Amino acid sequence: MEVKNANAAMLSNYEVFKLLTDLKEKRKDSGKNKNSSGQQNLNTIMYETLKHLSKTPCSRQSPEIVKEFLTIMMPHKLTKAEKLQLLNQRPQTAVEIQLMVEESEERLSEEQIEDLIQTVAGALPGDPEQENAAPADTEMEEAGEHS
Amino acid sequence: MMFVLVEMVDTVRIPPWNFQRQLNEAIAEELNKKLANKVVYNVGLCICLYDITKLEDSYIFPGDGASHTKVHYRYVVFHPFLDEILVGKIKYCSQEGVHVTMGFFDDILIPPESLQQPAKFDEAEQVWLWEYETEEGAHDLYMDQGEEIRFRVTDEVFVDTSPTGPSAAVTDTPAQPGQSNAPPPPPPEESAEKKEPPYTLIGTICEPGLGLLSWWNN
Repeated sequence: MEVKNANAAMLSNYEVFKLLTDLKEKRKDSGKNKNSSGQQNLNTIMYETLKHLSKTPCSRQSPEIVKEFLTIMMPHKLTKAEKLQLLNQRPQTAVEIQLMVEESEERLSEEQIEDLIQTVAGALPGDPEQENAAPADTEMEEAGEHS
Repeated sequence: MMFVLVEMVDTVRIPPWNFQRQLNEAIAEELNKKLANKVVYNVGLCICLYDITKLEDSYIFPGDGASHTKVHYRYVVFHPFLDEILVGKIKYCSQEGVHVTMGFFDDILIPPESLQQPAKFDEAEQVWLWEYETEEGAHDLYMDQGEEIRFRVTDEVFVDTSPTGPSAAVTDTPAQPGQSNAPPPPPPEESAEKKEPPYTLIGTICEPGLGLLSWWNN
């Protein structure tokens, strides 16, 4: 086995989540040999990866949401890796944004960070449980959730 | 990114009893059987096949009824980049540091020097804690098992765990007079080394916003 390119492309968590969910459906239909010993590894990794991803923001995303997010993010001049991290993690606080954006103190003003938080909260669906339970604090209110 | 696409080429062997299947499906199955949930040295943890980009001609060689097809494909691989922010769960703590898991990937370590300082290891409870200073004095924040933890990737370690050959030939057996040569003693067993994981991530939580999610959520 030869590796031609160890880094051909970056995948968002949503893409992997979708791929695994579709594969799971396909394998459910085909029935017969998915439990044979050779298939165990695939079963295990699919199960665990889906379990992990289903608890992250990507489980509430769709191709349209991802496309719209990337479009909205264009003016902010972030690198691809930074945009992907925001997409995958859906940061809700300034501290989180600063972790994901390199040299954020120099590149983003406080207002821009606040703006990013709003954009992310608006463009990417959040965890419905978390949002119902959370006490109304200023960030949540400004995020302008349309109920 | 946490997941990357890796282009690979390999020759896939399809045994005759699978000839009735669609070639693409039989090949996809073989590739997943070979790579899923396995670490490829210097590449990462393989998750599943993304797609097949090219199938060359299939050949049958003398002596083997199976077909051999050279396949160009792309595989989804877990390989976070340096400095990436990830969220996992604390598996357990030891002198080595805090061991974190993501469910599908287990070998993540936050060494003591990369914990929020000052940090202390509680021997009795086998847990690391952050001696967080407030005006009221030190407030111990425990890093308990099962807690969700946000960390930054600072390093990766790949270990080649391919089988090695038998150890080099050993001492001569002194020939006993009048006895037929006894066979030489078998080479000494490899000393029982701790099995090293093929792929380990090293992380840090020594920054604002990193560490247990509960520390930063209001």
